[in-house]
Amino acid sequence: MTGLTVFSIVLVLVPLADIIYLFVIKGLEVISWPALTTITVGTGVEFVGGGISNAISGTVVLMALATAITVPLGLLGGIYMAEFSNNNKFSEALRFVSDVLAGNSSMVVGLAGYFIFVLYFGWGYSALAGALTLSILMFPYVFRTTELALRKVPDDIREGARALGSTKSTTINRLTLRFAMPGILTGILLSVSIGLSETAPLLFTASFSNYNFNGSFLHTPVGFLTYIVYVYSQLPSNSAHNLAYLSSFVLITSILLINIVARVVVRRFSKV
Amino acid sequence: MKAGGSWRRTADRVYALVSALLGSSALLFLFMVLAVLAVFGVPSIIVNGLNFFTTVIWNPGISTTLTTIRGFPAMSGASYGMLVFFSGTLISSGLALLIGAPLSLGVAIFLTSVAPKRLSTSLSFFVELLAGIPSVVFGFWGFLVLAPLLFNYVEPAMAQYLGFIPGVGGPVYGYGLLASGLVLSLMIVPIVSAISRDAMAQTPVELKEAGMALGMTNWEITRKVVLPYAKTAIIGSLVLGLGRALGETMAVVLVSQSALNVLPKTLYYPINTLSAFMAVTFDSALTDPSGMEVNAIAELALVLFIITTTANIVARLLVRRGFISSAEHLVQV
Repeated sequence: MTGLTVFSIVLVLVPLADIIYLFVIKGLEVISWPALTTITVGTGVEFVGGGISNAISGTVVLMALATAITVPLGLLGGIYMAEFSNNNKFSEALRFVSDVLAGNSSMVVGLAGYFIFVLYFGWGYSALAGALTLSILMFPYVFRTTELALRKVPDDIREGARALGSTKSTTINRLTLRFAMPGILTGILLSVSIGLSETAPLLFTASFSNYNFNGSFLHTPVGFLTYIVYVYSQLPSNSAHNLAYLSSFVLITSILLINIVARVVVRRFSKV
Repeated sequence: MKAGGSWRRTADRVYALVSALLGSSALLFLFMVLAVLAVFGVPSIIVNGLNFFTTVIWNPGISTTLTTIRGFPAMSGASYGMLVFFSGTLISSGLALLIGAPLSLGVAIFLTSVAPKRLSTSLSFFVELLAGIPSVVFGFWGFLVLAPLLFNYVEPAMAQYLGFIPGVGGPVYGYGLLASGLVLSLMIVPIVSAISRDAMAQTPVELKEAGMALGMTNWEITRKVVLPYAKTAIIGSLVLGLGRALGETMAVVLVSQSALNVLPKTLYYPINTLSAFMAVTFDSALTDPSGMEVNAIAELALVLFIITTTANIVARLLVRRGFISSAEHLVQV
């Protein structure tokens, strides 16, 4: 039986190792300063080459915007759940709704994002439409991990602060949040890596652009890395494949880095 | 003093109100998503009726003339049926569960009962890394490595030696049902094994010691004590994994060969799923002059929403709180 369990872990680790090996090797083969800093040339039907700076800058803008929208909503929502709600019916409903959102296909949310932001609000394919759609997908992770991290802070701390005459607001801002910060940061990082991995919801909200982000958040399509992996992997030319390899490499290393940072944050600060 | 006290109480109340309001964005998000999908889906629901659920053919009829069906514009000759995508979604996810469940359980048992503590910690990290890989990169790997491997070696051998089993013989394609099921199974292993492992690790020591006192072997304790103890959570994690597989988009797009108007007859057939089809077709649907294809895609989204939400509700009823979301096991505060 031990043999069977070893067999299953090997079956899981071999593809994982192969994925990382493949994209690291291929990525290192094609990575160069010009490839990272020049824009993509050509579109799907013609010859595609150049670099991926349009996708990198677009992804950075989309993620920054989505994180800036998600964190205040999720953080304060999580504070409400853990500190104010007393587990009332409303908070149970919120938890359920957030779980439904998290468990849903990102394609469904992306389609809704198109109808709402691109069409109804009339923003067109744009950074803001893409970022808001992403934040619908990222919200549950920040929301739930913030609540969980706050709930793990011992009640002694709240009671001690209360005995010293501190208001609830001060206790939360000065004490509870600080103790829960490693967990909250992990949740935020997790949500960033979720957003970074998404393709489908951005296809119909951010569309794609061969040009670097030009500073306008509306009516201007933006590029993103996962699009290059999806579309250029299906094109016949080698130069298009190389861009797909490079984007996969950038994505995997960024997510690996986020994972490692999250773990370091937990290790370093959870003992404070 | 009294004035100060009331001011402070007001501050607390404002804090509670503002945080409750921002937390309610979950409700707003869900409401917006459902509302627009319903608004855009209704014309298709009215025009296609029950045929939507029983028809194989999806054909927007773009080149023909505009007519009106039950008060809504549609192209004459258009046919909207979700059967290919609906069945593809269920079959590929079922296959993913069939492969992924024993695999995840093996991994969970290895991590809790077989591996030494340090090895278990670092292996857990690697398995969880699998969850972080973008699904489109999974798909790219499936496209480059897995599907060609299946096409050249695995599927011909299966068709030759196991061909007597219905659905396993016949021509092979590489890109199709088996490739989709395999990629999806890899994608659900991290979540299923992480939740199962956490649940199994919570088995009370007394129960295990009682087993030892009865002279049980390590394996007997796992099978007769640990697994029954964690059973509900394990089933819940499987349903949660199923929910993930049902909604997965990009990985399936890249390895399924996006079948249209044909139901899979063997394990190797090209397939399509609800979400993959939506991703691939939406751009061209926008060019449908009647707009009906966009409506029909919104109805597909509603169907997918209902399926995944049902799976999620079932999972959450089964998994005890504390093991719930994939986010949570990563937070070791």
